[in-house]
This record gives sequence, structure tokens and C-alpha cells, in this order.
Amino acid sequence: MSATIQNVSRRTFLHDVGAGSFALAIAMPGARDLVERLVTGGRASADPFTPNVYLRIDPSGLVTIVAHRSDMGQGVRTPLPMAVADELEADWGRVKIEQAIGDEAAFKTGIAHVDGPGTQNTDGSRSTRHWLQPLREAGATARTMLETAAARRWNVPVSEVEARAHRVVHRPTGRTVGYGDLVAIARELPVPPREQVRLKHPAAFRYIGKGVPSVDLFDITTGRAKYGIDQTLPGMKHAVIARPPVYGGRVASVDSRAALAVPGVERIVRLAEAPPPSGFLALGGVAVIARNTWAAIQGRSRLDITWEDGPHATYDSAAYRSTLEATVRRPGKVIRNEGDVDQALARAARRLTADYYVPHLAHATMEAPAALALVADGRCEVWAPTQHPQGARDTLARALGIPAERVRVNVTLLGGGFGRKSKPDFIVEAALLSREVGAPVKVTWTREDDIQHGYYHTVTAQHLEAGLDAQGRTIAWLHRTAFPPIGSTFAAGTTSASPSELGLGFVDLPYDIPNLRLENGEAEAHVRIGWYRSVANIQHAFAICSFADELAHAAGRDPRDHLLELLGPPRHVDPRRGGVEPWWNYGDPVELYPVDTGRHRRVLELVAERAGWGRPLPPRRGRGIAVHRSFQAYVASVVEVEVDAAGQVTIPRLDIAIDCGLVLHPERVRAQMEGGAVMSLGNALVGEITFAQGRAQQSNFHDYEVLRLAAAPRETHVHIVPSEAPPSGVGETAVPPVAPALCNAIFAATGKRIRALPVGNQLAT
Amino acid sequence: MVTLRVNGVQRSFDGDPSMPLLWYLRDELGLTGTKYGCGMALCGACTVHVNGSATRACVTPMSALEGASVVTIEGLHPRGNHPVQLAWREHNVPQCGYCQSGQIMQAAALLAENPRPTDEEVDAAMTGNICRCGTYARIRLAVRAAAGRRG
Repeated sequence: MSATIQNVSRRTFLHDVGAGSFALAIAMPGARDLVERLVTGGRASADPFTPNVYLRIDPSGLVTIVAHRSDMGQGVRTPLPMAVADELEADWGRVKIEQAIGDEAAFKTGIAHVDGPGTQNTDGSRSTRHWLQPLREAGATARTMLETAAARRWNVPVSEVEARAHRVVHRPTGRTVGYGDLVAIARELPVPPREQVRLKHPAAFRYIGKGVPSVDLFDITTGRAKYGIDQTLPGMKHAVIARPPVYGGRVASVDSRAALAVPGVERIVRLAEAPPPSGFLALGGVAVIARNTWAAIQGRSRLDITWEDGPHATYDSAAYRSTLEATVRRPGKVIRNEGDVDQALARAARRLTADYYVPHLAHATMEAPAALALVADGRCEVWAPTQHPQGARDTLARALGIPAERVRVNVTLLGGGFGRKSKPDFIVEAALLSREVGAPVKVTWTREDDIQHGYYHTVTAQHLEAGLDAQGRTIAWLHRTAFPPIGSTFAAGTTSASPSELGLGFVDLPYDIPNLRLENGEAEAHVRIGWYRSVANIQHAFAICSFADELAHAAGRDPRDHLLELLGPPRHVDPRRGGVEPWWNYGDPVELYPVDTGRHRRVLELVAERAGWGRPLPPRRGRGIAVHRSFQAYVASVVEVEVDAAGQVTIPRLDIAIDCGLVLHPERVRAQMEGGAVMSLGNALVGEITFAQGRAQQSNFHDYEVLRLAAAPRETHVHIVPSEAPPSGVGETAVPPVAPALCNAIFAATGKRIRALPVGNQLAT
Repeated sequence: MVTLRVNGVQRSFDGDPSMPLLWYLRDELGLTGTKYGCGMALCGACTVHVNGSATRACVTPMSALEGASVVTIEGLHPRGNHPVQLAWREHNVPQCGYCQSGQIMQAAALLAENPRPTDEEVDAAMTGNICRCGTYARIRLAVRAAAGRRG
């Protein structure tokens, strides 16, 4: 199925667009009626085949490009509109970016395997991967129409004109006309069919592959940028909520008198609990409504609540670890099976076994969840830092019992996302409270709320076994993984990992080993489990890249050389040959995005070379190496550590190399590699949420630590592989390989193998 | 009643004296550039200048501010062109940007007191400011660049 681009301005007035503008919307076949509705001023419904992204040009020449993906720091509000502007031959200085509301109906790629529920859901490192091509086409189509308009104005053949930097030039005479002056003609033109639209040759790119500064840079550095927590409305009330400390718990009784006595506290509102699996719904509890945030916080601290803790009251993560570890010592469901692992292990000259553990993590976005809602007259409007405006819209509609068409989701800047803000529970809270109070309500989560009521990264035990032949070559590989799946947050009794979770760095094992078997064990969830930047790649890359290093040392080989041997010759690995059905492959066609070990090898060799792999190091220093494919990108890292006599780890240098296919905005790719590496180091060195009696044991940054500046690598070097392959994901891809590279470096420096994260004080002497 | 100056403007406050400066700035004055991050002086997102010193607004009660002069990110420079702000833009430091007001205020206070900090001094001054996006390498670069610009 392919998109057509419709000239909606031709018909009449486009909602939110000034009359007289030239506007374009990409529309799917069959979406004509919805285009009509859009242009006649009504909001489009949630029809899956509806018009989507558009740009517009005012008679003044101002180009407005809609950013329909959420910006949480990956910078997507800049590169994607920049790609539209490039194909449009627009002058970036005359481009304005407008953030789209949540409207699935309006935004589609026109790529069948991509479109579907959650098209605006900014997760999965999909924005550039899935949107670069459709947005280039949108820009190129508009450019083609402006050229046609100019040719018509001058009455010359269109072959003689060319768009250049916000003007169209008549080559034979050198005459030029600005885009604004072409608006009136362009508005009346039919949209050319896709095959008549020519994309730019890469040599002609003005911005793609080069980049422009972030559109939000000035506002951020001057404090003007508005996040969810910064939203206000006249008459707004502030709310802070006491939520059940145990997932699935409920309020048994509450005494609000002391809370109500706090100056500024106006009301106490009971919010109904959502029993597990609570999905995207609000957890419920007791809300304090106040004139300002401080009064609400003070009021909450004076609530006297007796909780009924429910079925997860005994969840203890230390005990649960033993359960999980026992699970992976038993056979699990076979997910991928090639050769005969048991026989190969039986005849192996040497066998190795290792168990790995990765604990729960909390996202701890610097902006904790916060949202402003106004519910009145059967309508709901929210302003929220959401990665998933459509999920928010649908959930709000459900929670309020109104049609989605009556819910408007305004997307603010996000003060970090990392997957937390793809869940709209906090937005639902604001809406329910606004309806109850009859005024706009802003819900603010404190840091304690955020750490103790998260959608946690899951907890994982893994068991690996390998057999080596007499020459030290790996001939057998057994890998079992068990973790409470994300599905448990949405469907009761879900204990097996989904194909997508297994697709996150598990089934696509790229190693050239004749006998391998991958298994998944069952695991029951006792907390809300959610997506956390790179998701199951975190635990899978940690175990696989650590075990590969263990095998290298067991075989007496250099870890880099050994990894290249494990990867084998450049080739495409197809997990379906081992019975993986369905193979998720990040939702992409295998033909477009195969597992290509040639690309693993290239990033590995590049990072090793640039990092000075093999160069001697002083005592107590060591280097570790790892390579991992995720979100269709290939990322390798070399971490250099120094471990002092007390066991304190410092990182003099970190190198990271990425092959992400065509690079849209190199500077932001570098930023994502730098930042993703820091997050991964923090996860590995200090990140851990534990539970006792069902309650998270951490509450703020003193006991849930994240990496701080002084602990960050002294030097960070990012290396980007030039490539013309289709663009891959970037935002999450630095996270998986860095943690195991770090732990491999610790082994090189100290001889101590880290098999359970975080490193914490395991090296203390 | 507490009287103080905020970004050069005389203000008076007669609310709860235990209210932290952070919520006064954000909820009462609408100066939302100063961010809430932890409420316990653990992350630095709320950093402002009180009488020229970097101060965590989230744990500074209004009662402690009689006669004080408070400068927030909005008041750091009339056109947003403080050397630290310029350096931040030059090095494209921000990702999500949420912590950056606090980072910039912390760096500006450091350089006001110590125009030529060593790398160790930069680390010591800035390590109380958490950036979850991990922009630390660029923060170090930008602080160094701003120090150079101040000359």
C-alpha cells in the first residue's frame, strides 16, 4: 500500500491552518472522506486509513512543518522536519516547527508494515527508521508542485525551472520567485503521482547527513522550554497522589483531617484503584488537591491511610531471584534450535557454565511524570509529556467513558522518556481529578512516586552453557532466559516472553555456532513491568556479550579476535532456520533489515582499532569489548576501566562505534551514543530497584543511584560507520553493549567476573 | 512576610514560610525554568543563585530568604547570552534539556567564583547535577569553553 499526497488546501479551510496557505497532507487510499473532514474543520476520527503528516507554506513564505513524534531528548523535533525541509529546498531559517496533537488518524507513513496502532508512539527507536522516507517524499512532493507553479507563472516548461533555497529559479533567464509568491498557484494544483516526484540525489542534500542545531536549543538554555510539569491554565489546581505502595493494593481506610488542615489544601479525592493487570490505567489511591504543589505534597504527608496490600504483598526480590535462577536451571520452552546441543555438549573437550542476573531498574526521567488536564462538557484536553499520544487518547477515552474524538492530547516537551512516558497512567490521573474537581488539574509525581510506582525494567536470570572443542572453538551454545514479561502488565497470567521481547537481542544471536539452543522459562510478575530504553536487549546483551568474553578467556584467545571468530564470516543469519516463528525483527522486513554479521564485524573492528585495542595498559587497568545489534543498528564498544585498590571503578576512556545505515543527523547520533553509554554505565555500576513486602526499597537519588558527572568516562569517542543502508534505530542502541564491555574490562583489570548487576560493591576489598 | 528580589524585581511573600523557594518560583511567580527533580538536593535540577551562590531551591525555605537576591535561569542574562549559555549552545549540550537550567546555573556560579577551574574542580562542582540523558562529556567541554570565553 502506498501513500498519496493530497493538496488539502485546494478544497477549503484546513483546521488549524490559516486560510490561503498551501498545505499538504499525505493520505492513504480510501481516506478521502477523512481528508474532507479534516479540511472542513472537523477533527479526523481514529480511522486507520486517514490523512496524515503535512507541511504548509504561508504567502509570507513561512514554511511550517509538523513534528508528530515526541521529543524526549533524542532530538526528533529537529532531524525529521529537517529532512522535509531539505527535500522541499526550504531555507531552514524560514521554517517553523509545530508539535502535533495525538491523532493517529492524521499520521501514517504509508508503509503498510509500519502503520497501525501507535503510529505516533515514539518508542522502539523507530522515528528515523520508519519516517525518513515518507517525510522526504512529502517534502519532495511540495517542491515539485512549487516548481510546477513557477513554470506556470512564467509560462515556461517545468524542465527549465528548479527549486533552490526557498525560491524557484528559471535557469535560462535567471529569474527567481520566492515560495510565498507561489502559494496561490500551488494551492490550485493537483498533487503529482508518487512516480513523478523525484527525491534529491544525496550529493544535493542541504541538511540530511549534515544536521542543524536543535530547534529547542535556545529555549532550553534560557529556561523557556515548556515541559509537562510546566503547564498551567487559569484556575488550575495542583494534585499529588498517595498510591498503593504495593502493586494491586488498595485503600482500606483514610483519615484526611490533618491533610485538610494544611494551608492551601482544598480537597481530598479518592481515586479508584485499577486491579492488576492495570495496564495503562491509573493506580488509584488518595489525591490531595491544593493551591500549589508544596501544599499538595505537605497535605499528602499528613494523610493517614491504611492499605490493603493485596496479592503481591509478599514480593521479595531477593527471594524471587532464587526462583528465577532455579527456573533457568531447568529446561524451558525451546525458541530456537539448531544442530544438537546436548550431543555437542556431551562430546565437548571443555564445558563452561555461567548464570547472569539483571535486576529491576526505574526510568527516573529527570522530569518525573506530570500532566495537566481539563475535563469539561464531556470533553477532555490534556497537556502532557507523552511518548504515546494515541495510547493516551484511547486510555483517557476509556477511563472517562467518552469517545476518543472528544479527547485532545497536546504533546509537550518531555524531560526524558526512556519508555516511562509511553504509559499514560499519570495523564489519566489528571483527567479523572479534573472531572471530579471541575477545574483544570495538574498532577505532579514526586521523585519518590516515580521510583516507587514505576513500570520497571524487568528482572532476569539467564543460564548459559557452552562446549568448546580441543582447539577452543565454541561448538555448542545453550542460553535460557526467564523474566516477567511486559505482557503481564496488560494480560493476567502472562508468564512467557513475547516474540518481540525474545526478538530483543535473544533470538537474533549472530554467532556462527553449529549447535545452539535458546529457551525461555516462565516468570510471574509482581510489579508493573514496562519498556525501558533498549528493553530486553539490556539483559540479553549483558549475558551474551559477557559469556562470549568468558569463552575467549577460557580458550586463551584475545576477546576481539575470538568475537570475530564467533561472528564467523560475513553472512545473513536467519533465526527462522532455527524454528523462530514468528521472528519479530523489530517489525521490519527481513529483506530490508537482515541480521548481517558483516556489519557486526565492521563496527567491532572499527571500535577496536580506534580504541587502541591491544595496546599495553598500566596495572589495574583493563579493556573490555562487546558488539550487539538492536533496532537494526550495529553498535560495538570498548570500555577502558581502572579499578583502584579499594575496588573503586573509574573509566578513563570509552569508545563506541555505530553502523545505523544512512545517517540523518550525525551530531545527534553522536549525542545518543554518548548519552546511551552513560545510561548503560549507570545501569551496570549502580542501578537496582529491590522489593521487600511488595514495596520498592528505593525512593530517591540517594538510594536509587544513576551515573553522575564525576563517574562519567574521562574521554568518550564516537565512531560512525558511513553507510547507505536503510536507516536504523539509534536512540536505544548504545545501551546494550556498553554494560558488558564494562564488565569485560573489569575482568581484564581484576580477574573478577561480574555476573550479577549492578557492580555495586562487588569489587570492594 | 518575606521580602526578596527575584531576577532584580522586589517581591514579598506571605505564604507558608516552610515552602521551598522552588515552588514559590514555579507556582507563584510562574518562573518554570527552575525545575523540580528530587526535592532533596540530590539532583541539582532546581539550582538557582541566592546572593550569587549556587543554591538548591528545592530545600531552601522561603523563611531563609529575607532580603535575599535570587537569580533564576530566566534572569541569568537579559538576552540569554551568558557565556555559559553560549557555550552550552555551541556544544549542543542539551538532549531533553530538563536538567540544563540547573546545570547552567551551577556552571555559571562555579565560573563566577573560580574563573579558571581545573578538570577536577569542574567535576567536583558539577557532579551534584544529574543528567539522565548523559550529557556529561559535553557539560565538561562547555564549562571549559565558557571559562575560556570569560578569559
